[in-house]
This record gives sequence, structure tokens and C-alpha cells, in this order.
Amino acid sequence: MNAATPAATPVAATTPALLQVEGLQVAYQTPTGPVRVVRDVSFTLGREKLAVVGESGSGKTTVGRALLRLLPRQAQVSAQRLQFDGRDLLHASESDMTALRGRRLSMIMQDPKYSLNPVMNVGRQIGEAVQRAEALTRAQCDEQVQALLARVRIHEPKRVAALYPHELSGGMGQRVMIAMMLAQRPQLLIADEPTSALDVSVRQEVLALLDELVAEQGLALLFISHDLNLVRRFCDRVLVMNSGRVVESLAAADLAHATHPYTQGLLQALPSLRQRRAVLPVLQRVPAWSAD
Amino acid sequence: MNNTAGAVQPPHQPPNQPPDLPPNSAAQAWLQEASATAHKLLRNPLTAAGVAVIALLLLVAALAHWIAPHDPLRQDLAQALLPPSAGHWFGTDEFGRDVFSRMVHGTRITLFIVVLVTVVVGPLGMTVGVVSGYFGGKVDAVCMRVADVFLSFPSLVLALAFVAALGPGLEHAVLAIALTAWPPIARLARAEALTLRQADFIVAAQLQGATHLRVLWRHLAPLCLPSVLVRLTMNMASVVLTAAGLGFLGLGAQPPLPEWGAMISEGRRYMLDSWWLVAAPGAAILVVSMAFNLLGDGLNDALDPRQSA
Repeated sequence: MNAATPAATPVAATTPALLQVEGLQVAYQTPTGPVRVVRDVSFTLGREKLAVVGESGSGKTTVGRALLRLLPRQAQVSAQRLQFDGRDLLHASESDMTALRGRRLSMIMQDPKYSLNPVMNVGRQIGEAVQRAEALTRAQCDEQVQALLARVRIHEPKRVAALYPHELSGGMGQRVMIAMMLAQRPQLLIADEPTSALDVSVRQEVLALLDELVAEQGLALLFISHDLNLVRRFCDRVLVMNSGRVVESLAAADLAHATHPYTQGLLQALPSLRQRRAVLPVLQRVPAWSAD
Repeated sequence: MNNTAGAVQPPHQPPNQPPDLPPNSAAQAWLQEASATAHKLLRNPLTAAGVAVIALLLLVAALAHWIAPHDPLRQDLAQALLPPSAGHWFGTDEFGRDVFSRMVHGTRITLFIVVLVTVVVGPLGMTVGVVSGYFGGKVDAVCMRVADVFLSFPSLVLALAFVAALGPGLEHAVLAIALTAWPPIARLARAEALTLRQADFIVAAQLQGATHLRVLWRHLAPLCLPSVLVRLTMNMASVVLTAAGLGFLGLGAQPPLPEWGAMISEGRRYMLDSWWLVAAPGAAILVVSMAFNLLGDGLNDALDPRQSA
């Protein structure tokens, strides 16, 4: 299939980017005209950790779901180019997408409370994904599920596999979700605010886990977040979005030297332990950012 | 705190095991769940009464041959229209047949109709509803307009029309009732599916590559099941009534079958002198349909976690 890529791809820089997005647009039709929620978003993603940051409603999640073609039917998606590993995602048929989802690209959702089926136990939910990757007997499948749970550092995988989602804590739920999404060994993982429903200490564990998985499996990670400090430490590159548009794209290490006033405003609005400030600055918006 | 409580532990648990042990298998979990639901059901006295009546109905239907003191079809004109007595508990009808025996055998016909209608209507309504709620758009429009057509007739009138077209008889009555009873179930299942379709866990299943069929069957259907089950149980009461109505109009079970509605219809002519001809089957219809309603109510409370305070 992939003549250009040899069996092992050790160096990310020499291979073409895994995901290429050019001019992605998403709009919803309303009686008063189309509402454009994602406007002309372009980026490429190799085997790295790319963060998408921005305030609520800036279109971060919509970008993530558009890549998987999981937006509601009413959404109108267009792009000049939407390519994943040489395949055109925009014009792929629904059955092609079903084949890609899970196996090649996957997504961790924001809140495990809502993203696990409440009437199925955890083991069976992960088992569904495992069974899809390869045909296994019941016992083999259970074994795999427990191995996956152990992989995301759940201590009693056997006991946890029999639990229902409401019996899990938030951190456990999120780890179960990660285990489920890893079952089919995807190459691209979209993490949609995977830690925002978690408390600080659990957040660190989940991040460490993601980091480890990226390093081990050579995953490409699209990390959607609104937490600038977290992104700065965790990711390689950062895309800053505002009202559906990428306003700035830079290396995470250079975040402090951001040039766009919106990014600067966001950074200014972060409280700091070291500096005492009389009043925390409020982001000053310029209408031009969100104009068409 | 009672220290002697340790001595009276429930017998099904070995004494040194903690009480909340997680189930070892799906079957065991299901059993635990079922027994918990049953416990909740029976705690409400009204529901317990409903369950008792339905259990009695099942028992009587199963043992009708042994319970009925007389042959329900044997005529004895010398003994016609006798009032209730020790020999004939509910009296005899105009052909001298024992009303009690006929009622006992009538339970079989009632159950036959109720079970058959439910078995047809449940899966049908649920499938149509879940499919149209999940896919939406044109599929939804077509399914729901068809359901609307059925809903816009009074169900008895529609059932009458079907039976008139198909010809009178028990099986046709079942078919007619089933055809009129599925749209409310479909509506209910659709409403449930609509609220769940955009839920994150459905999206999560889709993004793992689950096919539509799999999402429908494994993820949506189990979640719609409790409310559909409640509705079906409530529906049984109206099935009993519709069946009796059709029987009364001569379009359901045909004579000499001892169907309750038909019995009332036959007894109508002698009603003023021989009240037992109408009162006995009438009371049976009342009690049974009420029992199904009570059970449905109880199921609603037991299956809905928000109601169990």
C-alpha cells in the first residue's frame, strides 16, 4: 500500500506528514445564514504532539471531530485538502471511514462520564474494540482487555473489567477510555481535553501515560486543550485558535514569545504564583480577529 | 448496632464473604440485577397485588383442565340460566354451560392474545423507533408518517377494520390488535433514541469503528429497553380490553370459544334476569387489565433509577 514508507519509520522529519489539513472549513446553516465555526484551518501533523488551544467555542473540538467525520449531519465540511496517510478523508466513503476510525485514527473524549456506555461493563466495551482488531476467543479477548487495562496502570484489571462506568472514578474512567482507544493501535490519536474533567494529581498520571504511549507506539497526538501552561510543558507544537481560525502556530517552547495579540492576551490572563499583580488583565478582544 | 445480627446472615452467602462481592460472570450479574429489581417491585403493595393477580392468571391458565369443575363446552339445556350455587359457582349460561369453567378456560385465550400481541409489537415497535430515531432524516420521516397514519385512528375502529377485512377469528384479532398497538411503542423508542444518538458514548462507539447495526443493537437498544418494557406492560391492559371489545362485537374469538368479551356479548340478552352472565367475565377483565396496569406502574418505578429515592 504505502510504497513511500518503509516498514519502520524512525525519523519523522524525512517522511511526509501523517495528517495534512489545508483550508478546513466547517459551517452550520441557520435561518439567518451560515455560521462558520471553523475557518480556513491548515496544519500538518507528523509523529509528534501538537496542541490546539483556544477559548471555549473557538472550534477546537469541531476540528477534531471533523477529522473523524463525526460531526452532526447538518455540518457542512469543506477543505482544499484533508489527507491522512495518503488517503483523502474528505471524500472517503462512509464505509472507508468506518474502516479507518478506531484502527487508524481515534479520539479520547472530554468526559469519561458521558463517553462510556452506562449499561455495559467496562470489559465488554473495551472487548468490542479488541474483537474488532482481531478475531479472538472469549478468553483471549478477556486476557487482552486485562492487559490493556494493566497497560493504563489500573491495578486490578480483572475486577475493574467487571465494573460499570458509574462505579469508576473520573481518573479511572479516563484511563479506561484511553485503553479502549488504544485497543486497535491507532496511528493518530485526537485527545479532546482529556484531562479537564480530572483533578490535578490524576491529570499528571494521565498525561504521563499519554506521553509514554506516544513514545512507545510512535503515535501522533493532537491534543486539544485550553490549558496553556499544561500545553507548554507537554506538547511539541501549539496551534492557537480563535473564533474558528488558527491565529498562531509555534513551537511550544516559544510560547512565551508569541507575536499575535490574542495569544499574548491569553498568556497575560494567566495568574502567576511568582508575580503579584493588582488586577488580572482581562483579554481585550479586537473585532478584526473574528471578522470574516 | 445489633451484635447478634451476625447469626442471622442471609443463607445464600457464606458467612466469611463480604456482602458486595462483584459478580463473576455476566449471567451472575444479570441474576443479581433481576433479583434486585424483583425485590424493588414487590416492595410496593399495589404492584405486589398486580403481580399476584398475573401469577394467578398464569397458574389458572396452566391448570385450567384440573381447576374447571365442568367441561366449558358441554351444554345441558335442563340446567340453563341457573344462578350461582355450590354446583355452579358463577351460575350457568343460556345453554346450561358452567360460567366458572368457561372463565377458567377463557384465561388461556386472554393470555394467548396478550402474549402474542406483545411478542409481535415489542420487537416491531422497538426496531422501527430505534432505527428512525438513530438515522433521522428521510428514514425518520417515512417511519413516523406511517406510524401517524396508524395513530390517527381510534385503535378499536382500526382493529375492527382489519378484522372485517381479514375475517373474524382469534388469530386475525391478534394481528389486528398488533397492527394498531405498535406505533406508540415506536414513538417511545424513537424519542429515547433521539436523545441518545448524539451522546458521547455513541460517538465513542462510532469512532471505534462500530457499524450502524452494532451501535443500534449493542448500544442503543439496551438503553431503550426499560421504557419500552414498561410501555408494553401497560399496553397489555389495553390489549385485554381491545380483545374483549372485539369479542363482544363478534369479531374476535368465535363461539363456542369461551372468550371473556364474547361471553359478555352472549350474556347481554339475559343481563337483567341473569346478572352473573355479564358480571363474572366483566369482573375478570377489570381485574386482569388493572393488574397489568399496576405491574406496568411498578416496573416504571423499579426500572427508572431516578424514581428510587
